[in-house]
Amino acid sequence: MKIAVCVSHVPDTETKVKIGSDGKTIDTSGVNYILNPYDEFAVEEALKIREKDGGEVVAVSLGEDANKETLRKALAMGIDKAVLLKDEHERDSYAVAKGIAEYLKSYEPDLIFVGKQSIDYDNLQVGGLIAEFLGLPSVSVAVKLEYADGKLKAEREIEGAHEHVEVTLPCVVAAQRGLNEPRYPSLKGIMQAKKKPIEEIEAAQAESRVKVLGMKKPPEKQPGKIVGEGVDAVPELVRLLREEAKVI
Amino acid sequence: MAKFQGVDYFDLDDVLEDDEILVRNTVREFVEDKVIPIIEKHNRESTFPKELIPIIGELGLIGSTLPEKYGCAGMNNVAYGLVMQELERGDSGIRSFASVQGALVMYPIYTFGTEEQREHWLPKLASGEKIGCFGLTEPDYGSNPSGMKTRAEKKGDRYILNGAKMWITNGTIADVAVVWAKLDGEIRGFLVEKGTKGFSAPEMKGKHSLRASVTSELVLEDCEIPEENLLPESGGLKSPLMCLNQARYGIAWGVLGAAMACYHTALDYSQTRIQFDKPIGSFQLIQEKLTHMVTEITKGQLLCWKLGRMKDAGTLKHTQVSMAKRNNCYHALEIARMSREILGANGILDEYPVMRHAANLESVKTYEGTHEIHTLIIGQDVTGIAAFT
Repeated sequence: MKIAVCVSHVPDTETKVKIGSDGKTIDTSGVNYILNPYDEFAVEEALKIREKDGGEVVAVSLGEDANKETLRKALAMGIDKAVLLKDEHERDSYAVAKGIAEYLKSYEPDLIFVGKQSIDYDNLQVGGLIAEFLGLPSVSVAVKLEYADGKLKAEREIEGAHEHVEVTLPCVVAAQRGLNEPRYPSLKGIMQAKKKPIEEIEAAQAESRVKVLGMKKPPEKQPGKIVGEGVDAVPELVRLLREEAKVI
Repeated sequence: MAKFQGVDYFDLDDVLEDDEILVRNTVREFVEDKVIPIIEKHNRESTFPKELIPIIGELGLIGSTLPEKYGCAGMNNVAYGLVMQELERGDSGIRSFASVQGALVMYPIYTFGTEEQREHWLPKLASGEKIGCFGLTEPDYGSNPSGMKTRAEKKGDRYILNGAKMWITNGTIADVAVVWAKLDGEIRGFLVEKGTKGFSAPEMKGKHSLRASVTSELVLEDCEIPEENLLPESGGLKSPLMCLNQARYGIAWGVLGAAMACYHTALDYSQTRIQFDKPIGSFQLIQEKLTHMVTEITKGQLLCWKLGRMKDAGTLKHTQVSMAKRNNCYHALEIARMSREILGANGILDEYPVMRHAANLESVKTYEGTHEIHTLIIGQDVTGIAAFT
């Protein structure tokens, strides 16, 4: 079994985002980058399948040199090899997916994992787009997987319920929190990762379809208002919710 | 409270290798997920979180500088130091466990042991399947271990050990003890296995410090061990002191973690605690404390980083380890106390980690060479005159 895991290099969840001077990108100074948390579930699932059924897992990341840090973490967790699809320019989800799909055409994996979303731009598109470019079935927000006899049974999170689906391989699976508990890279894994090469390939060109015009922070939160206490305050509260806040 | 993101006022990440940073971040995540949520309960109940041992072993945090062929990670000393730092951010007791097992049990077996002893013990100790302890200090011989009373006597193909050891981390839970005893007047190391007749390791109770760690006595009463349990390359006080030097190196890094936890807590508290209608962090007396804390942490980091690079290069002197251990313990304890002051009455509650760290650091300042002994080691080094014998 050949498994590809697409990993993305994103700002740490604790980052206090500042908008850059161009007003269109974030200010990256002082920002810590991490392996996208949803991609950690994807890496873990790929490793579990490999441990059970054998095969090879490759981690693929599209972006700058700095993405190697994230690829190293994936290697330290146990991934066999890593590929950096180099491009220093900002890409939208379409162009990222296109670049990755072009590479995957040559790698021909049986199974492709992505995190259900990257926590930087939260577009939730890359998994579906890769599947579309490669003409493969895709399963999004997967919380449980079972692989047997060339078929994959998956459980997906849907509004208020779980949906059970079955797909044939090759396919794309987008991992959701709950799919597994990602392992920590062990110190031995980290040492071994140092010896594993990261292959660098120029990413296939693709035009972004979405242009960012500007970024704005949400307005500062206004302090709340206390309209009174106890039952006596209810009529006034209702009036304000209706007339001022216009929410009821 | 805001998530801990490390303390790096001098951009020290710049001088760390990528894999060193990955090691540190991994252990940080492990401590955040698995240690911090359970540590106060263990501290309150005075129990050691044994459930963490398999994960600590699996992660490779025990004896991580030793070679891969013995199941260890073969990391450099800076990465090892960062492991100690992050573990002690959780608790000094957890760091002590890993420190003792790696520096005081695996290191002497590796350095003074036979190939059979290495192959038998090191992989099991690295994985946490077996636990070890180190017996040097005695009830009447702390700072002057050369006066030890524990004796070994050769009888046929066996050694008979008699004596008592005290303040032994991991003692009661250990499968093997590295015991130092005088054989014909010379200090030698012996491996004493749990269950050996004449050997017991009762736990010491009533500690106000290192409560989430096991501290024991070792009692040897006509304890008979096979002759192959001698560590053949050990000889003289220098041997146990070489072990202590390893452990002190880890402590110098470790206490920075405790200090960082206290600083982080105090900084966060000072920004959210309102008095006189403003955050207390806006007051000059609080700012002075925070400035002092972050400055001392930064100086300690620089000491440790250079210490680690010298250890890897093989140019490290034991007096330099003494300086880092002495300085960093002193300031970590000072930082813990200052942090308690900033938190006011809240500082004494175990809702915050500072009082636990402060209590732990009282021990850490004293064990593995007291603050005073390290003072005299450096004093002797710079003057050329020994103030003790």
